[in-house]
Amino acid sequence: MKMATSSERSPPPFPEDLEPEPDEVGDQDSDDGEDIFLGTDNPLEIKMDPSLSVSDITSSTKPLSEASSPPVMDLLSEPASEASSAPMVDLLMEPASEGSSAPMVDILSEPASEASSAPMVDLLMEPASEGSSAPMVDLLMEPASEASSAPMMNLLMEPASEASSAPMMNLLMEPASDDLKEPPKPDIDPLADIINDTPLSEGKTPVAAMPQEPPSDLFDDEPSELFAEPRQSNTAKQQQTSIFDEPDEDLFSEPLGEASKKPQNDFFKEALAPVAKASNVCGPLSDNYNEHPTDIFTEEAITTLPSAVSTVSVNSKTNGVHSDEEEPDIFAEATVELSLDSPRNDRKKKEAAKPSASASAPAPSVSASASKPQPKTLEELEEEVEDKFELNISITNPEKVGDGMNAYMAYKVSTQTTLPMFRSKTFTVRRRFSDFLGLYEKLSDKHTLNGYIVPPPPEKSIMGMTKVKVGKEDNSSAEFVERRRAALERYLQRVVFHPSLLQDPDVREFLERDDMPRAHNTQALSGAGFLKMINRATDSLSKMTIKMNESDVWFEEKLQEVEAEDQQLRKLHIMVDSLVGHRKELSVNTGGFAKSVAMLGSSEDNTALSRALSQLAEVEDKMEQLHQEQAASDSFCFAELLADYIRLLGSVRASFDQRMKTWQRWQDAQNMLQKKRETEAKLLWANKPDKLQQAKDDITEWEAKVTQYERDFDRVSATVRKEVLRFEKEKARDFKKQIIKYLESLLQSQQQLIKYWEAFLPEAKAIA
Amino acid sequence: MRQEEQNGGCFQKIANIARLAAQHDDLQRCCTFIIMTSTLDDSEKEKARSVSVDLNNDASLLIDIPDALCERDKVKFTVHTKTTLSSFQKPDFSVPRQHEDFIWLHDALVETEDYAGLIIPPAPPKPDFESPREKMHKLGEGEATMTKEEYTKMKQELEAEYLAVFKKTVQVHEVFLQRLSSHPILSKDRNFQIFLEYDQDLSVRRKNAKETFGSFFKNMVKSADEVIISGIKEVDDFFEQEKTFLLDYSSKIKDSTARAEKMTRSHKNVADDYIHISATLNSLSVDDNTALKKHLEKFADLFEKLRKVEGRVASDEELKLTELFRYYMLDIQAAKDLLYRRARALADYENSNKALDKARLKSKDITQAEEHQQQCLQKFDKLSESGKRELTSFKGRRVVAFRKNLIEMSELEIKHAKNNMALLQGCIELLKSN
Repeated sequence: MKMATSSERSPPPFPEDLEPEPDEVGDQDSDDGEDIFLGTDNPLEIKMDPSLSVSDITSSTKPLSEASSPPVMDLLSEPASEASSAPMVDLLMEPASEGSSAPMVDILSEPASEASSAPMVDLLMEPASEGSSAPMVDLLMEPASEASSAPMMNLLMEPASEASSAPMMNLLMEPASDDLKEPPKPDIDPLADIINDTPLSEGKTPVAAMPQEPPSDLFDDEPSELFAEPRQSNTAKQQQTSIFDEPDEDLFSEPLGEASKKPQNDFFKEALAPVAKASNVCGPLSDNYNEHPTDIFTEEAITTLPSAVSTVSVNSKTNGVHSDEEEPDIFAEATVELSLDSPRNDRKKKEAAKPSASASAPAPSVSASASKPQPKTLEELEEEVEDKFELNISITNPEKVGDGMNAYMAYKVSTQTTLPMFRSKTFTVRRRFSDFLGLYEKLSDKHTLNGYIVPPPPEKSIMGMTKVKVGKEDNSSAEFVERRRAALERYLQRVVFHPSLLQDPDVREFLERDDMPRAHNTQALSGAGFLKMINRATDSLSKMTIKMNESDVWFEEKLQEVEAEDQQLRKLHIMVDSLVGHRKELSVNTGGFAKSVAMLGSSEDNTALSRALSQLAEVEDKMEQLHQEQAASDSFCFAELLADYIRLLGSVRASFDQRMKTWQRWQDAQNMLQKKRETEAKLLWANKPDKLQQAKDDITEWEAKVTQYERDFDRVSATVRKEVLRFEKEKARDFKKQIIKYLESLLQSQQQLIKYWEAFLPEAKAIA
Repeated sequence: MRQEEQNGGCFQKIANIARLAAQHDDLQRCCTFIIMTSTLDDSEKEKARSVSVDLNNDASLLIDIPDALCERDKVKFTVHTKTTLSSFQKPDFSVPRQHEDFIWLHDALVETEDYAGLIIPPAPPKPDFESPREKMHKLGEGEATMTKEEYTKMKQELEAEYLAVFKKTVQVHEVFLQRLSSHPILSKDRNFQIFLEYDQDLSVRRKNAKETFGSFFKNMVKSADEVIISGIKEVDDFFEQEKTFLLDYSSKIKDSTARAEKMTRSHKNVADDYIHISATLNSLSVDDNTALKKHLEKFADLFEKLRKVEGRVASDEELKLTELFRYYMLDIQAAKDLLYRRARALADYENSNKALDKARLKSKDITQAEEHQQQCLQKFDKLSESGKRELTSFKGRRVVAFRKNLIEMSELEIKHAKNNMALLQGCIELLKSN
């Protein structure tokens, strides 16, 4: 160990090089890890190593993030200083004994509560329990020399650096602590301990097996390089440095293959090292892969994983992150993206580089930057798509059709488009309000299930419509019709601007077809009653499924954001409504004042003053008009916008609920599978081969279902995420547009006001 | 209870602010409550005075209220006098006076027989802090539903309103004294001089229940009397016209005052809504993490600025219009009182004529009756003469005041609208550029 450490000490040169450049932090980390691992190899130099490594680490961490550095320092420095890692042990031990599983287990176990239990748990617990630790040992021991160490360090450092969170360190360290405990020799680095322990405890055989099974590719590449290099490094410090650089570079440079590998390595080390080097690392991995990835993964991951290993690694990371939940925003994002990226074959090429960078390079900035571009690119792509076609929809000419209570309003829906999917460039159809509701019903039936945010139509207003039906041609009914027309137009525009909804044949039919079959049962579909019903249903549903342990911070935060926003918007809507009310009141009162002043003017016996007063009355009359118009634009531009978005947020929540439902279904299936497995085990025990086949069939069936549901959940999650991002973008654009429009209306009324008063001023001056 | 006390303390504080503000001319100038007059420098003082009252600028007796203190519902004014008149012991002195002292002075003037032919300046209205106090109470109740920021803003708004009411109160009291001091006859009044000079507390007691009832009864008798004597044929066309005019005008201006008040109040409501909207937009922007955040912040900021302007518009309208109307409503009432006194004298004269005729018929007490008839005639003639003068000057005063206020209001409206426009344009450009 100590020998290795000496070689590791070589890092000092690194730090110098690396420190100035945060980008290379990853390298440093890897170096540190190497140091540690080497140290494990050479027990003699352990003491030296720790101190050095610590210093290295600390130094490296500093550049990464200042905030993160303190905790890191503490953690690392303590072990280093004492070399016996007593504090480290304590820190590590506490969690490790129970805590290690505690945070991790809690978090992980909850989602996977019954199924196969959390992946992490599996990894940690199973290996630990069995203690065969074959693969672990191998990985740690041999590759550990350097390759393994590097990733380990990366893992450790990354979280710390990125999340700047001490907890991450703890988590990572905790597992290590377990190992440490076992080996009474609390050498500086837990890793070292682990490594030592593992080899001692059992054979190194698994190494080959391990890597090969899941990450055969990765391991082949990496291990070979890494292993070869580390050894050299041991011999010569300088060489080490060079070697270290190289591995890192290699890894990073080859984003796809190696990037995925790296995470793998990291993951393995994390899970395995902490665990008492379970013999069946592979086993748990494979098992977990199915189940545990699902848990974590489903929530974040979009598509299937390229390699089992990579997914596992990703998952493990995310798990760790989630356990911390409090801080690791950055980290979480990064990991999330990693998981997303890696799975996606399409994007692999693009993003592989990024994930690799983030994974390998602990530097938070790098990872963050890498992570951010992704959504952007997504959005950009969408934007391009949107910009490509031109589709203008307007709703005009509201017309009353029929008489009495059977009367309804028909609207002219005109479309102007260059899209090839439509038969002609311009066409017009007549639609009534219930047709719009019908369209929503169809779209919502089809697309809500998939997590799409389907724009809701305006609510049915019995009051407003009754007035129109009764045929009162007064202001309020005209205003009502105009308000509804505008709301329908916005609704339809939102529908067609949605790239997925536009593709829906029902939308096309709605826009094009002359003789639409009448929509039925739209009565219950709209109106406050319906919304309330939905709200109630979703509320109770979310309460029911409150057990859902949100393993994806993004969704949790977004949902909270959406809920908070919903509340604020509602409040704002009430305020704006009150503004509209007060402005109308002002208008009425101004009108009253105008009349009164006119009367006063007629009584005034001073001619000039009398004239001025009647002029004032005229000005106030115009003011009345102005206030009334302004009240209308308060209501049209501002209040309606808010009402729209309150409704839309309802749809957003519905899509979140949909995601939760799919999750629930998947969980149920998993539970079922678990039960089937138990039955099978019982049958086996009872030695009833006749029923065994049936049980096995059941298992296969349910396995397929679990996989299917998991995929569904992944898909819905991905869609929801995409949709929410899209929604936010649309919202920002919409709000900006409407705000500007509203401000312009205010501006205009102020201009008018100035005009009126300037005209009045000479009259006032003319009073003699 | 505690809330109440807190509010009380708050008001106390504001009163002190008001006191401070009153002491500093510049502060006073920046507040828009210059309607009546104030302690501005001379040129502005003149301008301010002519706003609602056409006072002849007599430097021999200058009165102002530089300082006032609010204790619960009692307001203590410091009345400061600067004079060259020999009837005063010192050229410069200040005395503490309460609202009740002003009322006493007014009543004393009204009851002085010699002043029957004069328009007695209307007594200043009782300080009324109920409305802001009530609002403050409501605000305290609604605190839970508001964000802290929103609450603070609302409170500030209320404090400003309270301050405005306070300043207004001070000014209507000041203007009452200034009108007295500028009147050639009333300024010589003994009671007035005592009011100005006596450096102890006047300790005018409030009217007790009997007196309150008495004055109420007197009013009843007066209005009944008005009806009775309205049947008397007017002998002077001028007064006949004035009477019709004032009766008509008084009802119209009463209506206008009420409506102007309603209008300005709803304008204030609009300004208050802006506060809430701004605050809610702010909290919305805090939660928002998208590109919208900045826009919302700007939007909220704009609303905050707009509400300030809108609030100014509302308070300027109140000052320039509502207060003008209210003052002249009271002044016209005083003019009507003059007409009543004259009509009463006319009735007395006619009665004395009748009595003389009767006496002549009976040939009894003829000289006595003749004497009485002569006295009544003299009194009536005197009243008619000074009444004509007073009413004419009142008319001129009114026109000047209306002109002044209307011009100022238009200018302020234009100014505020331009401010609004600048704010809106700036914001629109900001939003568009992003």
